[in-house]
Amino acid sequence: MVKTFGDLVAVDGLDLDVAPGTCLGLLGPNGAGKSTTMRMLTGQAIADEGEIVVLGYAVPRESKQARARMGVVPQRENLDDELTVRQNVAVWATLLRVPRRTRDEAVDAALEMAQLTDRADSRASTLSGGMRRRLLIARALVHGPDLVLLDEPTVGLDPQVRGEIWVLVDRLRSEGVSVLMSTHYIEEAERLCDDVAVMSHGRIIARGTPAALVIEHAGAEAMEFYGPPDRLQRVEEIVAPSGFRTRRTGPSVSVLRAETLPASVVAELGDGARRPSNLEDVFVLLTGEKLED
Amino acid sequence: MTVVPAPETRLRAVEPTAFAGVFTRETTLFRRVWRSTTFGSVVEPTINLIAFGFGFGALVSTVQGIPYVQYIGTGVVASAVLFSSVFAGMFDTYVKRYYMKTYDGILATPVDVPELFLAEAVWIAVKSGIYGCAPLLVAMVFGLPPSWGMLAIPFIGFLTGFGFAFMGQWFSGIVPSIDSFSYVQSALVTPLLLLSGVFFPLTGFPTWVQRLAELNPLYHCVQLVRDAVFGWNPLADLGHVLALSVFAVAMGLLAVRALQRQLID
Repeated sequence: MVKTFGDLVAVDGLDLDVAPGTCLGLLGPNGAGKSTTMRMLTGQAIADEGEIVVLGYAVPRESKQARARMGVVPQRENLDDELTVRQNVAVWATLLRVPRRTRDEAVDAALEMAQLTDRADSRASTLSGGMRRRLLIARALVHGPDLVLLDEPTVGLDPQVRGEIWVLVDRLRSEGVSVLMSTHYIEEAERLCDDVAVMSHGRIIARGTPAALVIEHAGAEAMEFYGPPDRLQRVEEIVAPSGFRTRRTGPSVSVLRAETLPASVVAELGDGARRPSNLEDVFVLLTGEKLED
Repeated sequence: MTVVPAPETRLRAVEPTAFAGVFTRETTLFRRVWRSTTFGSVVEPTINLIAFGFGFGALVSTVQGIPYVQYIGTGVVASAVLFSSVFAGMFDTYVKRYYMKTYDGILATPVDVPELFLAEAVWIAVKSGIYGCAPLLVAMVFGLPPSWGMLAIPFIGFLTGFGFAFMGQWFSGIVPSIDSFSYVQSALVTPLLLLSGVFFPLTGFPTWVQRLAELNPLYHCVQLVRDAVFGWNPLADLGHVLALSVFAVAMGLLAVRALQRQLID
């Protein structure tokens, strides 16, 4: 699919499918087209070209049926602050067409899952940032969706709060719900996603399990060297003739596929720390762009 | 993103379930905020009524054969309806779309743009119909005799408020920023109010101004309210209902089109 805004191509020839019961991560920096992709799946952005099928429904023509089976957690909070936690979820239960006779039960179950049961009667405005995010998730899950879209679910949260959200997402996946999650946090993608699509400038530039992507593009290990700029430059010069790739990360330089470095080169390089390669190495190698972590 | 073949389902343009979902949100919120909303919508027209009724009432005893306090009491019904509909349509819709991102959330559920704004307009119209009765009750305290026709007032208020709610929604979808509403208020809402016969009859104006007033939906509302209270005028009243209906449909189409553009990329 393709989506343009004026001269800006937000999503360019994107080809994406989520296997049932798995979590697919859209990994990319801000502006890569992740949110636009999400909006196209709910019919809130109309693709200029291409075909979208969500849960068997053609979008945008049948997007309403698709939305009835989807739960969407937006990046920007839009809770009703004046309402209680329970009322927020109950309103969404009617919007998401939970039958009246099972509505109370569904609301209770969603609150339980998000661990908000003891705050059910508090106003949403009194919740902490992490609880608000969990409430957003509870709201999107109240109808037992088959597919959940999470747009940057932990952006702006403290690390320990981020962990709470990860537990929730992991539980969803274990219950057989398909999840499409956008993120620009490497660690999040590595922990939660069965499958990662690396996005840059509206395109998917790599796709696979986090582990396979790392092995394929960055090898098993990296050697990291710290030092003044001329030291870092020297490291780059030593490995370049043997065809090894390096990447700078602030005050250090990493030599990738370090497990295959000849002993002579390792000796010449001197003191360095070996570490497992990660998705960030892949991302920087593929795009030249940096990601937050 | 394929899972199972979807069952074939046909959808109506406006589904009752989608409508009910949006309506539930509004009524749930209203239970929280009804005091402030009701205060504003009832107190302002009542102050108008009392101020004009006694201020002018001291100078003018009757207008078109009606005691002035009763003339103004019935007229202010229309201004109460106008204020509780057009401003709710403008400000609430703008704030929910632009600042609170409420609509982005609702449109990710099985609700489409026409259903969303129809349900919100109906809700505003219901409130307008009810708030419109407040000045009438005050006027009754000051001697307006009760009549059966008064039972039609909530319905007249509903129909008028429906159109003005849509008009407000439409403006919220075309203004460049929320500050622009002050232009709408000065250049449109105030003239509509003054050229409607709420406070004084339009018979003192040149004929062309009186013709122009017939394009003012609020004028038709004022006429209907007075006829309901003081005696129906069947043919003319049918015309007023028709004018208000055409206004509502036209505004509804414009509102949905403008907001569709804003909300769907």
